[in-house]
Amino acid sequence: MIQVVCVKQVPDTETRVKVAADGRNFDPAGVTWVLNPYDEYAVEQALRVREQQGGGEIVAVSVGGASVPTALREVLALGADRAVHLRTDVVAPDPLALARALAAEIGGLKADLVWFGKQAVDDDQAQVGPMVAELLGLPCATVAATFALADGRVTVEREVEVGREVVEVPLPVVITAEKGLNEPRYASLKGRMAAKKKTIEERPAELGAPALEVVALELPPARPAGRIVGQGAAAVPELVKALRDEAQVL
Amino acid sequence: MSILVFVEQRDGQVRAVSREALGEAVRLAAALGGPVVGVCPAAADPGLAALGEAGADRVLLAAHPDFALYDPAGYAAAVAAAARELKPAAVLFAASTMGRDLAPRVAARLGAGLATECTALAVEGGRLVASRPVFAGKAIQRVAFPQAPALASLRPKAFEPVAQPGRAAAVEPLAVDFDAAAPRARVRRVTAAAAGKVDLTEAEVIVSGGRGLKGPEHFPVVEALAAALGGSVGASRPVVDAGWRPHAEQVGQTGKTVSPRLYVAVGISGAIQHLAGMMSSRCIVAVNKDPEAPIFKVADYGIVGDLFEVVPALTEAVKGIQTRA
Repeated sequence: MIQVVCVKQVPDTETRVKVAADGRNFDPAGVTWVLNPYDEYAVEQALRVREQQGGGEIVAVSVGGASVPTALREVLALGADRAVHLRTDVVAPDPLALARALAAEIGGLKADLVWFGKQAVDDDQAQVGPMVAELLGLPCATVAATFALADGRVTVEREVEVGREVVEVPLPVVITAEKGLNEPRYASLKGRMAAKKKTIEERPAELGAPALEVVALELPPARPAGRIVGQGAAAVPELVKALRDEAQVL
Repeated sequence: MSILVFVEQRDGQVRAVSREALGEAVRLAAALGGPVVGVCPAAADPGLAALGEAGADRVLLAAHPDFALYDPAGYAAAVAAAARELKPAAVLFAASTMGRDLAPRVAARLGAGLATECTALAVEGGRLVASRPVFAGKAIQRVAFPQAPALASLRPKAFEPVAQPGRAAAVEPLAVDFDAAAPRARVRRVTAAAAGKVDLTEAEVIVSGGRGLKGPEHFPVVEALAAALGGSVGASRPVVDAGWRPHAEQVGQTGKTVSPRLYVAVGISGAIQHLAGMMSSRCIVAVNKDPEAPIFKVADYGIVGDLFEVVPALTEAVKGIQTRA
């Protein structure tokens, strides 16, 4: 069985966002780059499927600039067999452009399972997975909180406002992973050594025309300073009064 | 040009988030000209004529026996067909779990740009500009659309519905052309959440607990305040990562971004990834024993003290108000 895991390199979630000089993008100076947290669940589930199936190939794919091989090397260390870096110097391509580049690569791989994190924690678009599915004509289940594979069919559960949807879908399929889908492993020392010998192929990303144009990136307005109404349980009446009369939320 | 709105139904009821999207469509239509048209995939008409009161001029009913539950491929075919027929300036979705799944599929089918989780839409120089939080709210990105239609999903509770009493929408059938025999994802069933439980993204009041609670056995302190306020329970990332609470309750980056009327943070210090997810709440209250905790920098009101004394006292005080009222 061939599985593809699409990953993105993103700023660490503790990053304080600064606006770049162009006023439209995020300033990457001094940022720690990590594998997108949701992608860790996608990688882990692909590894588990390979273990369950007793073999098969896992290909990691990512679109981006010169630093992307670091993220791909991480996925190789976790156990992916090989990686493809779709190289572009375009800063933050829009989701449809990313989906086109990924679909062009994945289309030739004849994968049974194509994995994504449910969204990247930088642009929070949550679009690329289902877009790749549409472009490839594959079915797709997003935001999978559980995953089971049996007899060529996948069952996932996804959290919705009214409870959980139980979704059934045949292979080949695109799945996007929710946090909590599994408990991701850490890369072993052996895995890290092995990753150094694995190949990362580089090809230009075929992004096509942009579908979105970023006009500006702004910091949210600061909240007006609040106040400490008091210490301990004695302050509760004062708090209740403020909530009822000032804020009018009670 | 028209504004097309995906009308979402569950169990034969149009969801409130779709009325919010219709309300924004009315405001855009006033700026751009043209009608507000809904498209609703469903097994049977969920009372679409009544959406006239929410601002719809017309609603296209895409009826199919498979559409009682959400059908990703079928719904996408229906909305894309409506967009191809109408050639609207914009297609709006609620950024509900359904809208978040559906909108990218429609965008890919139309080859159109999509901005998700928008908190504001504006018409600037005749073109649509969408504002959307990125990095879970640490920054706001403003995006324009090089080609029509512009697709946008709207964050629940960020947009106001309109009320136009006595107005009826014209309901028209839309032929759905999709291959029901082709392999596709099928929602087989929906397991119901506990009665009265409101999803955090749609909750009016949220009481969240953090590490200050010291253990999962102490969460009833938070639950009791949430119940007294008629709100939902949230949690910080460390508490979810430790397995005290389910991920569905996590607020912050890698959890949910919420904007309730009232957000109460109990025993949460206020890591930047948590603040990002709740900073757009209307009123924030923090209870923490550490007066230097970063949560107090974003809180409108804070109490420094032992949460195990403060929160039960607050719960009783809230109950007292409601008894009198």
